[in-house]
Amino acid sequence: MTSGQPLLRSSDPSAPSQRHHSCSFGSLGCLCHNDSFNSSITDDPQGNSFGLDHLDKGDENLSVGDTSLHSPVRESFSSDVTTQQFHSVESLHIKPLSLECPTQDNTRLVSWGPMELLHGNNNSTTSATFEISKASSVVHAKVGSGASSSLHDKLGKSQRKSRHKSLQFEDNVFCEEDARLIYINDPRRTNDKYEFTGNEIRTSKYTLITFLPKNLFIQFHRVAYLYFLAIAALNQLPPLAVFGRTVSLFPLLFVLCVTAIKDGYEDWRRHRSDRNENNREALVLQSGQFRPKRWKKIRAGEVVKICVDETIPCDMVLLGTSDPSSVAYIQTMNLDGESNLKTRYARQETSSAVYEECTISGLIRCELPNRNIYEFTANMEFNGHKFSLSQSNIVLRGCQLKNTDWIIGVVVYAGQETKAMLNSAASPSKRSKLESYMNRETLWLSIFLFIMCLVVALGMGLWLAHYKDQLDTLPYYRKTYFNHGKDYGKRYKYYGIPMEIFFSFLSSIIVFQIMIPISLYITMELVRLGQSYFMIGDRHMYDSSSGSRFQCRSLNINEDLGQVRYIFSDKTGTLTENKMEFQRASVYGKNYGGSLVVADQLQEENLSAAGAHRRLKIKSTIAVDSELMKLLHKDLVEVERISAHEFFLTLAACNTVIPIRASDRSSSCAETQRHEDVETIAYQGESPDEQALVAAASAYGYTLFERTSGHIVIDVNGEKLSFDVLGMHEFDSVRKRMSVVIRFPNNDVKVLVKGADTSMFSILAKDNERDNHVRHATQCHLTEYSSQGLRTLVIAARDLTEAELGLWQCKFDDASTSLTDRATKLRQTAALIECDLNLLGATGIEDKLQDGVPEAIESLRQAGIKVWVLTGDKQETAISIGLSCKLLTTDMEQIIINGNSENECRKLLADAKAKYGVKSSNGGSLNLKCNKNAEIDYLEIAEGKKEGIAKVPLALIIDGNSLVYILEKELESELFDLATSCKVVLCCRVAPLQKAGIVDLIKSRTDDMTLAIGDGANDVSMIQMADVGVGICGQEGRQAVMASDFAMGQFRFLKRLLLVHGHWNYQRIGYLVLYNFYRNAVFVLMLFWYILRTAFSTTSALTDWSSVFYSVIYTSVPTIVVGILDKDLSHRTLLEYPKLYGAGYRQEAYNMRLFWITMADTLWQSLVLFSIPIFIYKESTIDIWSMGSLWTIAVVILVNIHLAMDVQRWVYITHVAVWGSVIITFACMVVLDSLPAFPNYGTIYHLAKSPTYWLTILLIIVIALLPRFLFKVVHHIFWPSDIQIAREAEILRRRPDHLRSRPDGCSS
Amino acid sequence: MKNRKKESKLKKKILKKQKSTREKKIYYLTYTTQKITLKHTYYYSVVPFFELKFSSPVVVKMRGATSSGGSGDGGMADSAPAKRNSRKPQYSRFTQQELPACKPILTPGWVIATFVGVGIIFIPIGLIALFASEHVVEIVDRYDKDCIPPNYSNASLQYIQSSKTNKTCTRTLTVPKQMKSPVFIYYELDNFYQNHRRYVKSRSDKQLRSKAGESDTDNCKPEAVTSTNAPIVPCGLVAWSLFNDTYGFSLKNKALDVSKKNIAWKSDQDYKFGSDVYPKNFQSGGLIGGAKLNSSIPLSEQVDLIVWMRTAALSTFRKLYGRIEVDLEANDIITVTIQNNYNTYSFGGKKKLVLSTTSWIGGKNDFLGRAYLTVGGLCLFLAVSFLLVYVIKPRPLGDPAYLSWNKNPTGQMSWNS
Repeated sequence: MTSGQPLLRSSDPSAPSQRHHSCSFGSLGCLCHNDSFNSSITDDPQGNSFGLDHLDKGDENLSVGDTSLHSPVRESFSSDVTTQQFHSVESLHIKPLSLECPTQDNTRLVSWGPMELLHGNNNSTTSATFEISKASSVVHAKVGSGASSSLHDKLGKSQRKSRHKSLQFEDNVFCEEDARLIYINDPRRTNDKYEFTGNEIRTSKYTLITFLPKNLFIQFHRVAYLYFLAIAALNQLPPLAVFGRTVSLFPLLFVLCVTAIKDGYEDWRRHRSDRNENNREALVLQSGQFRPKRWKKIRAGEVVKICVDETIPCDMVLLGTSDPSSVAYIQTMNLDGESNLKTRYARQETSSAVYEECTISGLIRCELPNRNIYEFTANMEFNGHKFSLSQSNIVLRGCQLKNTDWIIGVVVYAGQETKAMLNSAASPSKRSKLESYMNRETLWLSIFLFIMCLVVALGMGLWLAHYKDQLDTLPYYRKTYFNHGKDYGKRYKYYGIPMEIFFSFLSSIIVFQIMIPISLYITMELVRLGQSYFMIGDRHMYDSSSGSRFQCRSLNINEDLGQVRYIFSDKTGTLTENKMEFQRASVYGKNYGGSLVVADQLQEENLSAAGAHRRLKIKSTIAVDSELMKLLHKDLVEVERISAHEFFLTLAACNTVIPIRASDRSSSCAETQRHEDVETIAYQGESPDEQALVAAASAYGYTLFERTSGHIVIDVNGEKLSFDVLGMHEFDSVRKRMSVVIRFPNNDVKVLVKGADTSMFSILAKDNERDNHVRHATQCHLTEYSSQGLRTLVIAARDLTEAELGLWQCKFDDASTSLTDRATKLRQTAALIECDLNLLGATGIEDKLQDGVPEAIESLRQAGIKVWVLTGDKQETAISIGLSCKLLTTDMEQIIINGNSENECRKLLADAKAKYGVKSSNGGSLNLKCNKNAEIDYLEIAEGKKEGIAKVPLALIIDGNSLVYILEKELESELFDLATSCKVVLCCRVAPLQKAGIVDLIKSRTDDMTLAIGDGANDVSMIQMADVGVGICGQEGRQAVMASDFAMGQFRFLKRLLLVHGHWNYQRIGYLVLYNFYRNAVFVLMLFWYILRTAFSTTSALTDWSSVFYSVIYTSVPTIVVGILDKDLSHRTLLEYPKLYGAGYRQEAYNMRLFWITMADTLWQSLVLFSIPIFIYKESTIDIWSMGSLWTIAVVILVNIHLAMDVQRWVYITHVAVWGSVIITFACMVVLDSLPAFPNYGTIYHLAKSPTYWLTILLIIVIALLPRFLFKVVHHIFWPSDIQIAREAEILRRRPDHLRSRPDGCSS
Repeated sequence: MKNRKKESKLKKKILKKQKSTREKKIYYLTYTTQKITLKHTYYYSVVPFFELKFSSPVVVKMRGATSSGGSGDGGMADSAPAKRNSRKPQYSRFTQQELPACKPILTPGWVIATFVGVGIIFIPIGLIALFASEHVVEIVDRYDKDCIPPNYSNASLQYIQSSKTNKTCTRTLTVPKQMKSPVFIYYELDNFYQNHRRYVKSRSDKQLRSKAGESDTDNCKPEAVTSTNAPIVPCGLVAWSLFNDTYGFSLKNKALDVSKKNIAWKSDQDYKFGSDVYPKNFQSGGLIGGAKLNSSIPLSEQVDLIVWMRTAALSTFRKLYGRIEVDLEANDIITVTIQNNYNTYSFGGKKKLVLSTTSWIGGKNDFLGRAYLTVGGLCLFLAVSFLLVYVIKPRPLGDPAYLSWNKNPTGQMSWNS
């Protein structure tokens, strides 16, 4: 219906929005009614973007097939009719509104969606053939949003809070009452009505006064401490006082003190750094002059001057800079980790005022504080003008000013309200899998504890019942006072048999308390801390190029690293370097870049004459294609030449890269002989692609020389051309293109566009036959490039007529000053000019693989880890990268799932399954959850072989589009079956939330450990979803790192992290847990057996202090030391035989079986401990304290030798710890027995003289450990584990090739 | 062209070197200042504490001064190597987990050696212990039943509780072998839970130690104070139930002296039982538990009490009564006159009189020797059997053929593909 009158419409659409704007200018309050509109487009990103992708494809088809149709469609973009449709479509999306994604990218994505939908609708109205596309697009959106809403539930709730925050910000678009009013240079008035925080920051948790109560409060949030507390409290009850009162408080106090000291120290450090920070000074305008003022005293509304290299104290809106074009460069390293400089602009209006040094006053309305560092929306009234402020006008706390002498700004957010402070959040806490198993076994232990207590209690009851009548005449039991006096006949601590049973139960809990290894949790924390120390200190995981060490951000999941079965990897920046290199160009249908020559030489040869003002770039030398170079230097004026010219102009102009010039005389003394004015230009930009393109353009002689907000200067072969920039539509991930409108020196106005091929081909002009040819050629080239693994961009341009320009300018001004959904309006405006473009060419940029990626992937695969790559790139690119990093091999059978509808996907999946004989585990998929899974996978390949079908390794390649349908319920399991039987899975064109969805697919259906690795904001959801999240400190900022559990500089470190540190950590923690269970249980059981011989009276032969010290002092240090330092195999062996990693996911170091074996061993050892002395000292004069002393020493030596038997690597620290503990135990015994206050005074001196004592200990240890030793030896001889064999090979110094060559002989 | 290329490369190298040496120091400092803010901003999230570095504000100024001279580009590029120096984890064998280590493995040699070693050590010890135990001569005489007159045989409790009955009882013991002096006299009680919690706790060591702690009787209930609230010394059930059978020995109608010297631990006598603490109000309550104490002798001299107060570990126990300082020849007949006062009849406890010599392993106890012999023998047996196992079915150490993935040739194939 709209297509009929395109021209009319095309001029029309500005009308309604114009009205909007006049309205918004008239009164801000009016804007509020936009709320519903706005919120509804703050939609779920998934659905829409998929719909969009789909549509784009449709468009491509259309454009190829039927060119004539297209142009009218373009122009009817923002007609009323479609706006209405727009609304109706929105209504479908209102529900998943809460799905707001955490990052700014996504929100943009979101609001763009409806536009594309609308676009689809247009198509359908124009051409009947596109009816389907419209319908499906709506469906897609629905499906997508549905899928992601279910996903959303699965995503951690922790995110919800932050999301909500940013959502609020998106939603609350500026109702007057919500805005924050800042009166410039009038802090009093600013702070009068509103209570803005000062600039003082507090990261510390406590003050001197609140420390004790608050710290205790926080500490008692832990269950372990509550357990301690409960036990200590129980012990204070008179009938239960098993231990002395002070003794029983000792463990609790000990833990509390240690934790409090640790917390206190950390907090003191925070205090100190806070104080440093708060006492820094900045120049603040005070009574007309800039005077230094302490940071903490700065208030919102004040005007602050920052000089070069100073750190910015609070979030400020720029008023003026030293630069005439009011540009300021800041480094945001501390905020997002990006080391490049960013430009910020002061508004011309204010900066001129600043220059003239007139009094600055005005009003800023800005949004409420939020944590989104990429968005800022505000407007400013200044000298009667009203204009908008955006992200480019604000500088944030923590950034540093660079290359700008000074800036002047007004404080808008201070202290805790700054974006930097709002962003410092605690890292997510996860619980390791081993720990959850451990908790299961702890439950068993508590059952044992319960049974033991029950036995004691019932025994007590029976005993009392048996001696009921004699209780008062027994010499050793008395329940009544017989002393004449007031107490005569009263009961003494006797409450009747049932109560005695009950009390006996409780007091046995006190005695047996350490059966529940609460100290294990603290031990584990310490051990993990130590392990992290070594991981961080590992020089092999230090990335020298970025100077980043390995980081452990989460201290809870070290051992999970040893059990990973699935790795989900991002591609760009993770597998690749994200350092782009311009490789190929297709200009006007011709392919260049086949043969490259280093630019320097070429230029020197060809252009030595023109080299008077040549600029050299030190940073990169770009290879250029001589043919293309020649084309550029032809003087002919023909289409091809002009295209090439425009092509490079676009590369140089259409970007956000900032050239930074610096004369570099000192350094280039050698070269100055020839070129006196050598200047270096470094390009600073946010996108590495753009930097690469600009650098390439410069190599071909189109050097971007200067960029300010208003114009750019491009040096074209030595001739400086200045272009006015009329407007720029920045790149966004929905539109997938960017455009710039520039006025040429000759007054021509052109729009230069570059973008992803999918989004570009649909908006090209279609009338020209010659163009058609070019288009075909370009498309061929694009396919070729992407199959080589290059990232492609399509370059196009178009002349703008005055009328178009006028219309666009009008809308653009409106949109860019708009306060409400500026992004959407800008998109609409962009659509106005980004159409009917002339194709200029395409570029191919190589994103190099990081060092060692193929090797790392190969090792990980050998280790039995499945590596899945999830990328936003195109399928061809993904496959080629897959090939180059050895993920895919040529002999693999590729299954490609590219469905466009649910049925299609289902069919494709079913076909693939049938073809490759994948067994369906549809019903049994849940059964897979059990531990068997690991073994199944382990043998799966062998099974496949038997069947003779799945001989060929399979690779599954699936795109985001299909995933939309597949991640719906039923197909999910199909995909799971297929994917798990493939060796490799590649997902391309997936959205961030889909990445998380795929991770969840595995996580929810198997028990296997998943690891996600990525570097960008788009990987955050995946990283948080996976069991282990690894962030790469790469080019794309800190978000992934902030969300991750571990962070490192390069992908290849993953190999070492998992195969070496993961393996060690897992083995160590696994053993640590078992040993701690054993250590505590053997002690408790020993007490238990004795209690059975004391008329069930919960007597402990050990002194109170020894019982308490046992787990705290006598035996704790060796476990910690072994948990940190022990290693079974050297890192060399582990890296050489990745398959040894399998021990981790097969749970060989810790499982139910081992637990029960350990418990059986514990039972035996405790019986030996108890009964050997009983037999030896049967009918002797031994007293209870001597017996206790004997048992204490025996049990300590026993558990330490038990540990010593299992230590695989004795370093001197281990020796010190193990033998030191034994010595310390003796020392403690001596000290305890030297205090006459105790009844056990002098025991040890007496005992030590007796040879029987020593012989008893020796006998106990040998008999107790004999079965264990025997078991170990037998196991070692007959069923050696892989680790044991590798260990033998390693230690006996067998040559590695020997190890490797043998298997071949064996298998053949 | 090639030459030029080389030349320019060389130049660049030189350039870089110059630059890096010039700027190294500066950027190192820079780095630390950056670190402050970084740490600050992300305090909660990153930076384990051992990574932190603090630096003074002076450094900040230096950075300001130098960087304005350096070019933006060069500065950015060259700060990297400087960082490398400061940031790269320091090498030490400790941090890289490469400390010299002993890595024991269970080689057949070690296993067999261990078993043989244990066997070789244990068997002689066992033999010696057994030998020592064999040399101990022990006479055990249970008298609780026999010392009840036949007319009280069914009312033993009544007999023992009555103050009127004659508790004297005469027993004759035959010495089986020669017993060299000193011959230790023990009494042995059975089914007497001296290790009962209520019993063990019912004492006041403070009170026993010094006069000052006399009133410290809180733990002693219900035998803490008299009806007039005066503290009982020594208080508590342990003291209250003091054993009070007495033995008189005669050989060939000649009384044998029973020496009570050094029957208690010296440390107990010297430090735990005060020489200024005298029994007070002892056994004055409604229920008499055992022996009375001579209130004119300080506690440190009351050796029977001191021995008794070292509560036994098990419900069957012996306590030293005294010593006979003469040798007893074989077939000597010793007459023992027992004052059978102590009531074990209420809980069916046995009372035994034991005369025994000692050896280095203590009293007569074959268990230690037998256990050592058994374990030693077992270990030798195991050593032999493992030797056989290693001979018959040897597994070469570190043989990859035993690796799990090598046992499964198909697996091998697939991994290589």
